[in-house]
Amino acid sequence: MIRVENLDVAFRHGQSSHHVVREVSLSVARGETLGIVGESGCGKSTLLRSLAGLEGGWTGRIWFDGREVGKVRGREELKLAQMVFQDPYGSLHPRHRIGTALAEPLRAMAYRDDRQRVLQALRQVGLPADFANRFPHELSGGQRQRVAIARALILSPPILLLDEPTSALDVSIQAEVLNLLADQREERNLTFVLVSHDLAVVAHMCDRVLVMKDGAFVDELTKDDLHRGVAHDGYARELFEASFL
Amino acid sequence: MQDRDASPILSVRDLNVRFGRNTIAAITDVSFDIGRERVGIVGESGSGKSTTGRAIMRLLPPKAAVTARTMAFCGEEILGRSQRQMDRLRGQEMALIMQDPRYSLNPVLTIGKQIAESASLHLGLKGKEALKAARDMLVRVRISDPDRVMGQYPHQISGGMGQRAMIAMMLIARPKLVIADEPTSALDVSVRKDVLNLLDELVRENNSGLILISHDIRMVASFCDRIIVMYRGRIVEELTSLDMAQHSYTRALIAAMPDARHPVRRLAVMDRLALENIGETVA
Repeated sequence: MIRVENLDVAFRHGQSSHHVVREVSLSVARGETLGIVGESGCGKSTLLRSLAGLEGGWTGRIWFDGREVGKVRGREELKLAQMVFQDPYGSLHPRHRIGTALAEPLRAMAYRDDRQRVLQALRQVGLPADFANRFPHELSGGQRQRVAIARALILSPPILLLDEPTSALDVSIQAEVLNLLADQREERNLTFVLVSHDLAVVAHMCDRVLVMKDGAFVDELTKDDLHRGVAHDGYARELFEASFL
Repeated sequence: MQDRDASPILSVRDLNVRFGRNTIAAITDVSFDIGRERVGIVGESGSGKSTTGRAIMRLLPPKAAVTARTMAFCGEEILGRSQRQMDRLRGQEMALIMQDPRYSLNPVLTIGKQIAESASLHLGLKGKEALKAARDMLVRVRISDPDRVMGQYPHQISGGMGQRAMIAMMLIARPKLVIADEPTSALDVSVRKDVLNLLDELVRENNSGLILISHDIRMVASFCDRIIVMYRGRIVEELTSLDMAQHSYTRALIAAMPDARHPVRRLAVMDRLALENIGETVA
């Protein structure tokens, strides 16, 4: 479903250049969930943003569903992959009602501004229809993240890119959001790429996990490895031990 | 050492906090003792754990009405003290370590100056002496290049290093009680362990009490001697280990956490309606 070859991202600032993602390659099968873990600054979010088309400075090749996508994406390409961001407080427009926020992707993709579709999207993520008239500040963190998921799913993309979707939430709310994501994955046969620093969340959600350090993958763990607590690389093992403190 | 002084450092009975004219109290009838030990307070956002910490420090805004039968620090009542009297206590006898060093350090002062300020306020040191004390403290919190860090501003150092600087600043006066409010939740997992171990080491060395406020019940369980679980402004349970959890809220909180070693297809979700009913029968 997703294939990446030799993706490289460097941020240049005047004379200095900062190499953030170094020649990474990966592939994700349809219906699979790939986890990427690493510490802050390892390049995991930049990798995800490059996949989503939010980062322009990358080199390499990216395929979604067998079709190669470039740096500048057309409507059809944007419809293939949608992203859910970390901070539900920062990722929703504070002065737009939830209904407007949800209708935005529909308008951008030149669909008819369809109220029914917005209400249906709200229902799918377990929120009442009258939330469409509310502002983001009238919602809790978990409810906002549900809205963010509804916004990502409203275009029915086959791929969902998740950037720390639950790290701003309480564990009890995190459980609800993770269940919602798992349900939607099953229902729509979605392909997920989940970026997180929380190994427990990644182990719960993912079929396969890549450990990233300084812009490159240092280890790949299967679900079985995670359950047995096995890591092949020294750094991955360190990360493991630290997170099960 | 512990036998020498078994009396609690902090003793709180029936602490109540209410904000403004809010009908719902932020904290209701919270009672506990803290000795020379490590106690964790856990709960979700809004459960009142941070408010409890701030009420002890008397750092809540004026619109918060704080009442308690007793709130005694080293045997002395602190609820009736004036702000000036509290100023002498805060930093010197009790210290608060906050969540994110990027927001709680002064952005326009170098790390060295900030720690030296703490040294001159609480230890009465001046100029060069204060700076030297600050540098020594940075070495104690295992910053490998103290001279460089002394001259840096908070935005120039990493989160883990910032939190170490914060700990250095707060523990320089060897306070009897340290309240750490989510000291590691802004940090990476690999740094988390180091910061906690460091905090533990210094607190043991000073023979002081530590209150660790966190939402991460598993981390608290592995670190603290006792765990106080809060829900909707009340203490629902006090535990020494997670296996002892009796209350349905604590159990739900533990069950909601994904665990790589015990995989489940769906995570257990809290039944809030049932919990509310339990809460009402207790109240």
